[in-house]
Amino acid sequence: MSTIHLKVNGESHTLDLDPATPLLYALSDDLALRGPKFGCGLGQCGACTVIVKGQAIRSCITPVSTVQNTEITTLEGIGTPERPHPIQQAFIDEGAAQCGFCMSGVMLTAKALVDKVPHPSEQLIEQSLAGVLCRCFTHARMMAAIRRYAAGVAK
Amino acid sequence: MRAPMNKAFTGDARAALSRRGFLKASGALVVGFSIFDGVEVAQAQFPGPVALSPSLAQLDSWIAIAADGSITAYSGKEELGQGISTAQTQLVAEELSVPFSKVNLIYCDTAYTPDQAYTSGSQSHPANFNKSNLGQAAATAREALFRMASEKLGAPVTALDAADGVIAVRADRSKRVTYGELVGGKKFQLALDPKAKRKDPSEWKILGTPVKRPDLPDIMTGRFEFVHNVRVPEMLHGRVVRPPAVGARVLSVDEASVRDLPGNVKVVVKKDFVGVVAAKPWQAVQAAAKLKVEWSAGTGLPKQAGFAEQLRQQPVRDQFLLDSGDVDQQLKSAASVMKATYFHPYQMHGSVGSSCAVADVRSDGATLWCSTQAVWYQKTTCAMVLGMKPENVRVIFRRGSGCYGLNGADTVTYDAAVLSQAVGKPVRVQLSRKDEMAWENYGNAYLMDERVALDAGGNIVAWDHEVWTPNLGNRPGTGTPGNVITGKLLGFSPDAFTPRSPAPPPGNFNNNSNGMPSYVAGRIGGVNRNTGTVASERVLVHTVASPLWTGPLRSPARLQNTFAHESFLDEIAAKLKADPVEYRLRHLSNPRLRDMVQETAKAAKWDARPSPNPKRKPTGVASGRGMACVAYERDNGYAAMVLEVEVNQDTGKIAVRRIVVSNDCGPISNPDGLRNQLEGGALQGISRALGEEVTWDDRKVTSVDWRSYHSLTVGIEVPTIECVLVNRPEEEATGAGETSITIAAAALGNAIFDATGVRLRQIPFTPERIKAALATRA
Repeated sequence: MSTIHLKVNGESHTLDLDPATPLLYALSDDLALRGPKFGCGLGQCGACTVIVKGQAIRSCITPVSTVQNTEITTLEGIGTPERPHPIQQAFIDEGAAQCGFCMSGVMLTAKALVDKVPHPSEQLIEQSLAGVLCRCFTHARMMAAIRRYAAGVAK
Repeated sequence: MRAPMNKAFTGDARAALSRRGFLKASGALVVGFSIFDGVEVAQAQFPGPVALSPSLAQLDSWIAIAADGSITAYSGKEELGQGISTAQTQLVAEELSVPFSKVNLIYCDTAYTPDQAYTSGSQSHPANFNKSNLGQAAATAREALFRMASEKLGAPVTALDAADGVIAVRADRSKRVTYGELVGGKKFQLALDPKAKRKDPSEWKILGTPVKRPDLPDIMTGRFEFVHNVRVPEMLHGRVVRPPAVGARVLSVDEASVRDLPGNVKVVVKKDFVGVVAAKPWQAVQAAAKLKVEWSAGTGLPKQAGFAEQLRQQPVRDQFLLDSGDVDQQLKSAASVMKATYFHPYQMHGSVGSSCAVADVRSDGATLWCSTQAVWYQKTTCAMVLGMKPENVRVIFRRGSGCYGLNGADTVTYDAAVLSQAVGKPVRVQLSRKDEMAWENYGNAYLMDERVALDAGGNIVAWDHEVWTPNLGNRPGTGTPGNVITGKLLGFSPDAFTPRSPAPPPGNFNNNSNGMPSYVAGRIGGVNRNTGTVASERVLVHTVASPLWTGPLRSPARLQNTFAHESFLDEIAAKLKADPVEYRLRHLSNPRLRDMVQETAKAAKWDARPSPNPKRKPTGVASGRGMACVAYERDNGYAAMVLEVEVNQDTGKIAVRRIVVSNDCGPISNPDGLRNQLEGGALQGISRALGEEVTWDDRKVTSVDWRSYHSLTVGIEVPTIECVLVNRPEEEATGAGETSITIAAAALGNAIFDATGVRLRQIPFTPERIKAALATRA
């Protein structure tokens, strides 16, 4: 075990963890966050996605030791139910979920893309989501929500 | 924004309080639940024995009105992500004339909610929105409130109006009384009145409208509590160690192999069940990986190549759904006969989140938080697993990742229960991706022979459908935990397979499996009960023993049978050079299904002509369109789909461009929720048709992650999906969650045929299979 310093959603935390512990476990267990979720533990589905240095990364395969003192943003870090982030609002407005388990992967991946490329082509959006799964297949609404968000950002 | 559903029941409150402190500190929790003063308080602990479900015949089992007028509705139909909790809330708000936000819906907790068996099979809408159960309870409550108000206000019921939880005299609105003043905090003590009048759909203000799901803000901002997020005081983390091969049994376990690992690791072995418990989840993961277990070799698996055809050689349990007795003779004397064989593989539920449960098992009672589809049944079988009385087990539903049927939710509940019992502390278990995928109860494989006799005019005069489907396990129901892997490892047996041949004559009409094609008459007891015209008809089902676990997967049997029926109908039409829409209508008698076919064709601007497209190109990208339809379970939803596709004939790759789907589920309760189901179902059906197939080697399942099991990702070029919603307020409410998925594979296969002239009879339609089929073209 080692002392690990994490900066999550603007707050600093000091945890006593095995440095090899995947970041996801620190977030969902030690910090009791609900946004990032365990889906596969293999970096294949996106349910555990968080944003680090502007990149959407898979927290289930990222050792905590590699993201110390770096700002980590989870789905709950970008907005609240009362004041959702514009991308969250777009997903609410489009009703773009069924079970909702995959939202971190879909929304944070799209947000990281639009932050970098404010006018992404359809193709670029699709490429960015090529490693994200939604098994309820709410795809049509998700794409509509991402387009709506991107259009708002571009204004 | 409305408070998230079940807020008072979340694990948050529990987690914040120690068990002993709970009683003292829980005052805030009971606000809004005053009728359960003293009951709700105890919910952090086992609340005392509950043997029987609240009676479905009693109003108080469904509706409670608090002193402040807030309404609590209790349902045995849970939210699986399909929006039915929103629709149920709309239903109660509508019947009681209160705003949507005034109703708090509590579902699936054996301490409070009525036993409505499973939430599955497109049954929630018909069960609770027709003239029984929740809908009828709300109507009964409304009439009771009007009677009480009439007495209190001294005016006849006909002179009263209700709005916003207040009943007033229409002519003098100063004469008014609130629901809270009438019954607040008291029980109705009334039976459900089957004659209580439901509101006419023409009066609906809340039901029938696209009310937004109130859970979405929490879901979208990462606040929603899934079962994966349930945390209780002193909770530990478990991990199971599944066998390395099918049928492998424990020979020895070396507990010393994990003794020095951090987290105070405990090893639990019970027959062939092996698991570990540690203080933290990552410690449990590490311990499970390092635990040395010696297993026997296992029972082996049949070769996957040739698996479909060898199903014909197995011992069978036979069942006739239909047998008019003249099919063989018709086939012999027909102008022509057509036949084809289709195969649908085992497929997975493949939930994005692997299954999870939390168990708190003590000597005097057990509390389980899980995403089972049947809390009351789970109460019974968990009691068997724990060796407890069912009344001492409480099962609380918490939402999981979308399950689409029997995923790992039940088995992981047993895992958590066994581990918690062994260590005497609450234990949370989430399965690994591999453990979820390797041991699921897969959607059944189906080998299907279709045969028809045609007259000289090209009309179908006899239809013969014969299927072989392997089966092992099922939902545990109330019968046996052994129907899922954990129960089997613990020594329980799955439902026995008993060969039986020949089949007895058909019993009562039952087309729940859609084994009968829509085009046959379904004549039983002298009455045509199905949706078609073909009078000579036979449907024979051979169930055989399965080497892999099986269980209901969204549209079980219905999807597989419909894939064969709707593909074969298309083959017949093509052979006769008939337009596939016209040819369907020629053999359909049911007006609602006929409407679906016609509405869809109209909306899609169907170009009436035979398939394949006479202008099709022999190379490069070819486009085509296909149609399929279904009367789901004969009378539980009607739908048709037109699908447009592009086939790259060089690579075998498929791009679905456009889907038009019509649906009739009787009165529409929430049009947006319905669209969401139709859209998601259609694409899930496309994913299943294009890539999904369970694979195995001679010992074990090999499709154990998202590299080896091929789901479409979010990053596909999403086709345009147009939904045609046909509202029939005069009809009964039917299911709507499984119609579009049921017809997607056939519509796709028919479109590929239209584009290329190549017929695909085996799912999935992989590029390799498509290229191989294209290569056989003349």
